[in-house]
Amino acid sequence: MDQIARQRHHDSFVAGIIKENPLFVTILGTCPALAVTKSFEAALGMGLLFTFVLVGSNVLISALRKLIPEEIETPAYIVIVATFVTVVKMLTNAFLPNLYTSLGVFLSLLVVNCIVLGRAEAFANKNTVYDSFLDGIGNGIGYTLALVIISLVREILGTGMLTFGDIFTFLQVNGASVHLYILKGPTWDYSISLLANPAGGFFVFGVIMAVLAYKNNKKKDKEAAERRAKAYAAANAAPKPAPKPEAVVVPTKGGAN
Amino acid sequence: MYAYFVSFLLAIVSYLLIDNVVLQRFYGICSFIGVGNKTKSAVSMGLAVVFVIFFSALICFPIYHYVLVPAGLPFMDTVVYILVIASLVQVVGLFIKKYSPALYKSLGIYLPLITTNCAVLGVVQENTDSLLDFGMSMANALGTSLGYLLMIFVFACIRTRMEAYNAPRAMKGVPLALITAGIMAMAIMGLSGMGA
Repeated sequence: MDQIARQRHHDSFVAGIIKENPLFVTILGTCPALAVTKSFEAALGMGLLFTFVLVGSNVLISALRKLIPEEIETPAYIVIVATFVTVVKMLTNAFLPNLYTSLGVFLSLLVVNCIVLGRAEAFANKNTVYDSFLDGIGNGIGYTLALVIISLVREILGTGMLTFGDIFTFLQVNGASVHLYILKGPTWDYSISLLANPAGGFFVFGVIMAVLAYKNNKKKDKEAAERRAKAYAAANAAPKPAPKPEAVVVPTKGGAN
Repeated sequence: MYAYFVSFLLAIVSYLLIDNVVLQRFYGICSFIGVGNKTKSAVSMGLAVVFVIFFSALICFPIYHYVLVPAGLPFMDTVVYILVIASLVQVVGLFIKKYSPALYKSLGIYLPLITTNCAVLGVVQENTDSLLDFGMSMANALGTSLGYLLMIFVFACIRTRMEAYNAPRAMKGVPLALITAGIMAMAIMGLSGMGA
């Protein structure tokens, strides 16, 4: 395998995990991010099923990219994604019925998840099958990671404990779920039940986005300061007029549908 | 009959406010956050969603109960619904274009986006999954879509006012929109006792 191809494979895998995280950076797929993140297990399950659907649809769309005419691209993609979602729904219903009931309608709503269609149109219909496969895995990991972060914050602060075994029943000990008490004890309870409510989902997601924006802004400020210092040094070294430092522009991110 | 009518109206109110589509059930957040800072386009988007949800619920109910179930294919529901919704969006677009060019002009760009709006598929799928009868399905469709219209309008108004305030730099844009939505969801939570 030559160097360029290897680099491309690496890029298509890594990009979706952190740098272009589908939830935190491109702000797509927000509905499940708020709806299923009440418990850690549900969020993890959703992330894994999402990864499966994304990988499947990416691979199939990429394999068929020369056969599908451009005019009917979107309907064809929707049908392919819907097929995978139906498969996932039936498998989940058969093997993990608790996950099926706890995700409910949001399992079907994977069909209209903006990330799946977005990756199909932005990546899979232009790239090879192997690259699309890696892109699907990378974006799947990124999305799962984002869901898990939100759900950990919400479950620990909202209920004061982590529960294992309600959804993935094979984690049960002696036929009962395992509770890991963190903010809660026999006589004290510091949990904030609002965060387990729908309103809390918005708050947690909003605060996480703000923290990320804060770090991003800081990095940009630092870069701009370095650029200015360099320009200043260059201007002092040579008796030329200093080039005007670029204004710092904060890009506003808009979540397209 | 009278009792059914009362429960129909109660269901509409409950879907409209108590189980609000955006703030409690989390359908259509993408468009809610993405569109919601211009009042006029928010209302246009909301109206288009009302159209599409109403008609897709009206069409998908008989398809499920009189075609898919007798044919033994109830597991195909999601595939069929998304096709119905996608073509309905096209048809509604053509229809509005023919009879009200002015409305088409204002809805135009939002119509294709509705296919991927979770609220539409969410309502139709919910009707099937929770085995609602025809009246209750329509109550769900009406209540949900009007709730979407109401919330996207209120949210757009709040965001228009909010732009004039000097928020911390990190909070500007999406984070502040999410926090605002959270406070609106808390307000809606106060109504939850109303559900019978």
